[in-house]
Amino acid sequence: MLEQLPILSLLIWLPILGGFLVLFGPGDKLLVWSQRISIVISVLTLLLTGWLLWVYQNGSAEYQLVEQADWIPSFNIQYALGVDGIAVPLIALTGLINLLVVVGAIGSVKFRRAQYFSAALMMTGLMNGVFAATDAILFYVFWEAMLIPMFLMIGVWGGPNRIYATIKFFLYTFFGSIFMLVALIYMGRELGSFAISDMQQMSLSLSEQKWIFVAFLAAFAVKIPMVPVHTWLPDAHVEAPTGGSVILAAIMLKMGGYGFLRFSLPITPDGADAFSWWLILFSLIAIAYIGFVALAQQDMKKLIAYSSIAHMGFVTLGIFVILMLAGAAKAQSMALQGAMVQMISHGLISGALFFSIGVLYDRVHSREISDYGGVVNSMPVFASLLMLFVMANAGLPGTSGFIGEFFVILSSFQADWRIALVAGTTLVLGAAYSLWMYKRVIFGKAASDKISRLEDINGREKFILMTLALLILALGLYPQPLIEMMQPSIENIIQLATSSKLGGQG
Amino acid sequence: MSMQSQLLLVVLAPLFGALLAGLLGKKLGKKNTHRLTILGVAIAFAISLKVFFSYLYGGAQPLNITVYNWASFADLTIQVGFLLDSLTAMMMVVVTFVSLMVHIYSIGYMQDDNGYQRFFSYISLFTFSMLMLVMSNNFLQLFFGWEAVGVVSYLLIGFWFQKETAIFANMKAFLVNRVGDFGFILGIGAIFMLFGTLDYAPVFSKLNSAEVLIGNINTDEISPLAVVGLDKTISVWGEGSETVQWSLISFICICLFIGAMGKSAQVPLHVWLPDSMEGPTPISALIHAATMVTAGVFMVARMSPLFEFSETALAMVTIIGAITALFMGLVGIVQNDIKRIVAYSTLSQLGYMVVALGVSAYSAAVFHLFTHAFFKALLFLAAGSVIVALHHEQDIRKMGGLYKKLPITYWCSLIGTLALIGTPFFAGFYSKDAIIAAVGEAQGFASGFAQFAVLAGVVVTALYSIRMLLIVFHGPSRVDAHTAAHLHESPKVITWPLILLAIPSLAIGWLMAEPMLVGDYFKDAIVVHDGHDTLQALREHFGNAFSFALHGFVTPVFWLMLLGVVAAIGIFWWKPALADTLSKLLTPVRKLVENKYYFDEFNQKVFAKGAVSLGNVFWRYGDKAVIDEGVIDGGSQTVVKIAQKARKLQTGYLYHYALIMVLGLLALLAWLLFVA
Repeated sequence: MLEQLPILSLLIWLPILGGFLVLFGPGDKLLVWSQRISIVISVLTLLLTGWLLWVYQNGSAEYQLVEQADWIPSFNIQYALGVDGIAVPLIALTGLINLLVVVGAIGSVKFRRAQYFSAALMMTGLMNGVFAATDAILFYVFWEAMLIPMFLMIGVWGGPNRIYATIKFFLYTFFGSIFMLVALIYMGRELGSFAISDMQQMSLSLSEQKWIFVAFLAAFAVKIPMVPVHTWLPDAHVEAPTGGSVILAAIMLKMGGYGFLRFSLPITPDGADAFSWWLILFSLIAIAYIGFVALAQQDMKKLIAYSSIAHMGFVTLGIFVILMLAGAAKAQSMALQGAMVQMISHGLISGALFFSIGVLYDRVHSREISDYGGVVNSMPVFASLLMLFVMANAGLPGTSGFIGEFFVILSSFQADWRIALVAGTTLVLGAAYSLWMYKRVIFGKAASDKISRLEDINGREKFILMTLALLILALGLYPQPLIEMMQPSIENIIQLATSSKLGGQG
Repeated sequence: MSMQSQLLLVVLAPLFGALLAGLLGKKLGKKNTHRLTILGVAIAFAISLKVFFSYLYGGAQPLNITVYNWASFADLTIQVGFLLDSLTAMMMVVVTFVSLMVHIYSIGYMQDDNGYQRFFSYISLFTFSMLMLVMSNNFLQLFFGWEAVGVVSYLLIGFWFQKETAIFANMKAFLVNRVGDFGFILGIGAIFMLFGTLDYAPVFSKLNSAEVLIGNINTDEISPLAVVGLDKTISVWGEGSETVQWSLISFICICLFIGAMGKSAQVPLHVWLPDSMEGPTPISALIHAATMVTAGVFMVARMSPLFEFSETALAMVTIIGAITALFMGLVGIVQNDIKRIVAYSTLSQLGYMVVALGVSAYSAAVFHLFTHAFFKALLFLAAGSVIVALHHEQDIRKMGGLYKKLPITYWCSLIGTLALIGTPFFAGFYSKDAIIAAVGEAQGFASGFAQFAVLAGVVVTALYSIRMLLIVFHGPSRVDAHTAAHLHESPKVITWPLILLAIPSLAIGWLMAEPMLVGDYFKDAIVVHDGHDTLQALREHFGNAFSFALHGFVTPVFWLMLLGVVAAIGIFWWKPALADTLSKLLTPVRKLVENKYYFDEFNQKVFAKGAVSLGNVFWRYGDKAVIDEGVIDGGSQTVVKIAQKARKLQTGYLYHYALIMVLGLLALLAWLLFVA
């Protein structure tokens, strides 16, 4: 009986319907009930992800838990779902972050809280849809629809400059995605199918591949984001409420990386190869240049936002460096494992950092580093947890933040040692901006009376931060279960990405 | 209990102590906290000692144990595990013994501190991390331990987090170490490229198969590395036939050594160590004298099979070590803070160890690490005893004549000092003499300079050590009247560790020189190629520990030491006016040395300020001016304007934007599907 449960559909529709239920049911008037329903739905969703992890069989790159139904038969567009080793961990991360965001909102969202819950829940369902869709159009619909609750979150519960941020966010992502849609439709018409796996097998000429690759790049580079299309992210983060920032950093950015792995590399291997040097170059710029930019930030959220961009540089570097590693199977697997682990790990770490800034913001109502100092005196428990997060952000071995950077640096050394040289600067820069912020905010004498009277984190905040702390450590000390789950899919992607579609020529 | 369980207990006992103290410290109370952590470290020490004896007397074989697979994919397995051999066993004893002494000592030193439990948690955690480092059997775990000790050091230097100087020093220490680690990680990347693994065992066995070829093949025609396929190069510059190629082995060694320079505070990455004295004194003894800072020396010795194949890297090691040994010692002469004098002395002694590595005298380097751990921990803890007695006064100009009031501290300091300056029969004599002898035998590049540096260093060491001893313990008292009235010897928890450290400072060289220095204790761990064996002569002339020490009284090294001692007595005690005259005569030199050769000023202005300014320029001109204002806002201004008008027309809710967007998208989708 349970085996036939459409887990993926449930993971998508349970939170979405739950979101509607909260919105049109109890709403803000019966806030307690909205709260209860939201938490129950979030817990159920998380249990479903647990169930998903339980039933998912390692050792194969085939889609599992497949669901299929006709959606728009005249164009052969399917409601097709399925997951492989790279989708499952991202769905699990989504379920976890959703629960934490809902729990976090209870204390820190002051108005229209039911609607906030509703937005978070709907977003979760839609993001699960992005990771589970195996039909390109279905994927695209989730991809765009997911933005709506995010706009709302920033636009309604955001800071003073929220309109500018939302518009910027909108323009960037919209222009990016529209090219992807064109590419998808082009391929769908050629193929007569929108199944992503068919597209991966489709034969395409080099110029077709280049065009399609660039179209995908426009969508995914904005989302992840890569330099130079990254400037929407700091603005969006600064204006977004805590939960919005957490979801944005923890999950949404990962969709860019997921897109590269699911679409760009397998569908247009030769197109990607043609641009590989540029992509690596811009990944390195993201790591080094953005590292310096982060150093100059005065606003905590901006600093973490820039740090996210630099960390995502490792994801794109790991993804595209495999194109320069022909024949080195170990290094290729290591690079992609690094990219994937970096995505999951960054979800946990950046989530934890944005929650932590939220903790401070709720108390002091400022994100300016200079308004703080000596927080450790009044909030020792919080200070210890933040220490762990900051160190994880600086890539400390034993935390999850280390693995991705380590794998990507090691594997890119074999492509060209100078790539590793530039990427390695993160060891110094990442530590510099992370620890300098920590020093100015946490250490020292209490900067003001207000700081010296702050209350340490309460049970709810402790629950959120401790959960993330434990996962960051667990993943750092024993990544093997995650790596084992992803490896067959990663080998499959490497196989697709390194076999030319140009026939005779290569 | 199996060997694996015992080794696990060695690392986990301190870890559990740390976790209990850190998480439940407040509930446990002070007493239970130090009892638990001391129990953890004592267990680790007991097992370590047993293991050490099994190698020293039992001739135990090396052991390679996998604890668990950290990650495995694509035929690559990265594990967490232990490599147990003579070198590991020695390091385990050093780490756990000094840590145990420091734990006990801290009961007294930290008794009034609010962060008592936190402190014990940190030092136990440090013990765990350091053990993980020295016991590792692979590069991943080595790097884990390497960074973990760095973090605990960071936490402990900044232990008094309200002190501005402390929280500056700890960040500086971490960042400078990260510069070293940057090299280290590239070295690991190069190892992975060359050997395709991160485990020690296959790396060493491959190097070993190259080593046995030396002497069996004509090395002028083909290098042994080429036979086993380790002669890869990487191109550094240029294209096509014009490329400059570097040997990958040399690249690996140099990168790993950059890591060692960070951790073992070699010039120019030494700048963090003197500042680290902002931390509580017990950790200066444990971390910044006996254990963590010697991790770099340990690592190079561990990697001796690699370094033996790179003359280039060895030459670099020699030069860096020699510079550090001499020039950091000089700074020690002009310092007035008791802890900083000992810190500069540590820098200089680390330089000695590194120089020994550079001339392939790895066992001498490691032996000096061993003896130094005891007498330098002793000197730091004795300094701490003085500091406590004087109510946290660290300026030696406000001390003097303390030998009567603090007799145990005085005698222990005296033993430590005699060991440090290399008095025959004391621990430091054997190790330092061996280093000087090995450098004397060295033929490589820069060996002349190295020889000068280590010999001049002998005078310098005697100068700063005796100066400190005289100014602190002898002469007229300059202690203020209030403090002087209450002046008394430190409690037993402080003096006992001093005594327990004084014993090995006195005797360990004498006891261990034969097996470790001239014997074959390290034969399973350290590799020296035939032409490189600079300790050969020493081995032939050594005789036994007694005759070697007796002979020590008639060597030039001894006379140099005596010269330093006499000069110190003359300048700083007999005729203090002489010191003033000398310092006036040597004003430019004094200024240079007093300002520590301006390393700090340079780093602060160029690297620290430079990086932040660069960040600001990138941000303001790159991100904001060019990308945002130039490209994005220019293009989007119109859109924004329209949107803002639309906002006025409508209710101001973003639902509407979203709705319009979705409708627009649907329209677009429809158009593409049906029309295009």
